Amino acid sequence: MLRPVPDADGAPFWEYAAQGELRVQACGDCGELRFPPRPCCPHCQSFASEWRPVSGRGRVWSYVVAHPPLLPDYAAHAPYNVVVVELDEAPRIRLVGNLVAGAGQPLGAFPPENLRIGARVRAVFHDGLPQWVPERS
Amino acid sequence: MAAGSGGLKDATAVVGIGQTPFAKRLPEDERTLACRAVLAALDDAGIAPGEVDALASYTMEETDEVELAKACGFGDITFFSKVGFGGGGSCATVAHLAAAIVAGQAGVGVAWRSRKRGSGPRPWTDTTVQLPTPAQWTRPYGLLRPADEIAMLTRRYLHEYGATRDHLFNVALACRNRANQNPAAIMYERPLTREMYMTSRWISEPLCLFDNCLETDGALACVVVSAERARDCRRRPVYVHSAAQSLPAQHHGMVNYWNDDPLTGPAWSAARHLWKHSDLTPEDVDVAQIYDAFTPLVLLSLEGYGFCGRGEGGAFTEGGALETGGLLPLNTGGGGLSEAYVHGFNLINEGVRQLRGTSTAQVPDASACLVTAGEGVPTSALLLRS
Ligand SMILES: [Zn+2]
Repeated sequence: MLRPVPDADGAPFWEYAAQGELRVQACGDCGELRFPPRPCCPHCQSFASEWRPVSGRGRVWSYVVAHPPLLPDYAAHAPYNVVVVELDEAPRIRLVGNLVAGAGQPLGAFPPENLRIGARVRAVFHDGLPQWVPERS
Repeated sequence: MAAGSGGLKDATAVVGIGQTPFAKRLPEDERTLACRAVLAALDDAGIAPGEVDALASYTMEETDEVELAKACGFGDITFFSKVGFGGGGSCATVAHLAAAIVAGQAGVGVAWRSRKRGSGPRPWTDTTVQLPTPAQWTRPYGLLRPADEIAMLTRRYLHEYGATRDHLFNVALACRNRANQNPAAIMYERPLTREMYMTSRWISEPLCLFDNCLETDGALACVVVSAERARDCRRRPVYVHSAAQSLPAQHHGMVNYWNDDPLTGPAWSAARHLWKHSDLTPEDVDVAQIYDAFTPLVLLSLEGYGFCGRGEGGAFTEGGALETGGLLPLNTGGGGLSEAYVHGFNLINEGVRQLRGTSTAQVPDASACLVTAGEGVPTSALLLRS
């Protein structure tokens, strides 16, 4: 499987994820959350930033079910879902991920017919990557 | 026309077009194909290669300016430009040549595209290069291909507006029907039915096989000169009436999921500039060549360029609107879906043919044609008129 290849701006996201924490870059001056991370704030042009913890709760904004042709590691799991999750704290911050039945479950194990736009999900962590599981109501 | 007064409007014209055959596999290499297309375009224009002094291409083009100029016997080149973002740059090549000519930087411009995408590797299979998308946020999760990235927007689009797969099929069908009339198209004489579409294999749900463009080997080119010079050329000039590029505020590339409004992509801002500098409105457009790497890009573009309201792109395709004789005949050579996928350059040449009156699916008396480049990525567009 492909591992994230972080750039300088993105590296802290992956370092926090490796510790099981979901954090998002925020402006050190005006406080605006931004994603993807970048050197300065598009609102106030400040270069000060911090990494703010978020709840890891959100809703499915959209999803696809991928079928071959795919890279071999991924083809082995196909068909599998990829979701975009809107975070509760910041609806414009939408993280790409996979919806799984539980942390570390294989890609493709979640039944595609159970996918739904608007479904509530929460972040779990496996092998340094955030994953998404259905929120039990 | 003096620069500044009328800007680019009708100040330049496309006077030559050329192309190689299109196929899944061609024996010659990209450089050779590029030379053949460029020399064919110059011959079409009746302009000697030694007169060429401006070149424009777009990224993912492997044939560089030096190789092309020395192989084809160009004169001294005084303007050259390479536009970013792959298929989003097709129309910008003509726009850059037009701007250079209006500004007096050059006299005879050539734009081209040469690709061996049919027999060569897919760009997304190369995991060592940084793709022009924020790959670290998407690829580990298996969002690997452009089809996946666009399918994500498509699912949201269908959800938000109630559009259906039948609307996507209408796009695929219009392109295929036109390709069935075009002997140069890969899908010439290969009809598509709704049954074939609905039962075809998935690529990235909700996109199936027929929502995806062809993988093609082939090359195309066109020649741009001033309107004044165009009057002495071999063919009827096709004027560059308006041209636009667009990289919208807070845009993120094909994975434009982090914008305020991901369903209004670069087409919307390209359109604002395009119409602002035009004497025409969408109602004046007789025929459109809209970038169709994937069928949903056409729905997004119909909205963006103002042919219908937001969310109405699906409904617009109903009742044969995109077919010959419809409201807006689409991709009359077959487009990227059914003629050839050469990063949209075939759409430019087909727009020129329509305004010359020589298309294989000619729209009677067509006098204005919209041509667009890749939607989803920073894009460009042209309004051509006869
Ligand atoms: Zn700020």
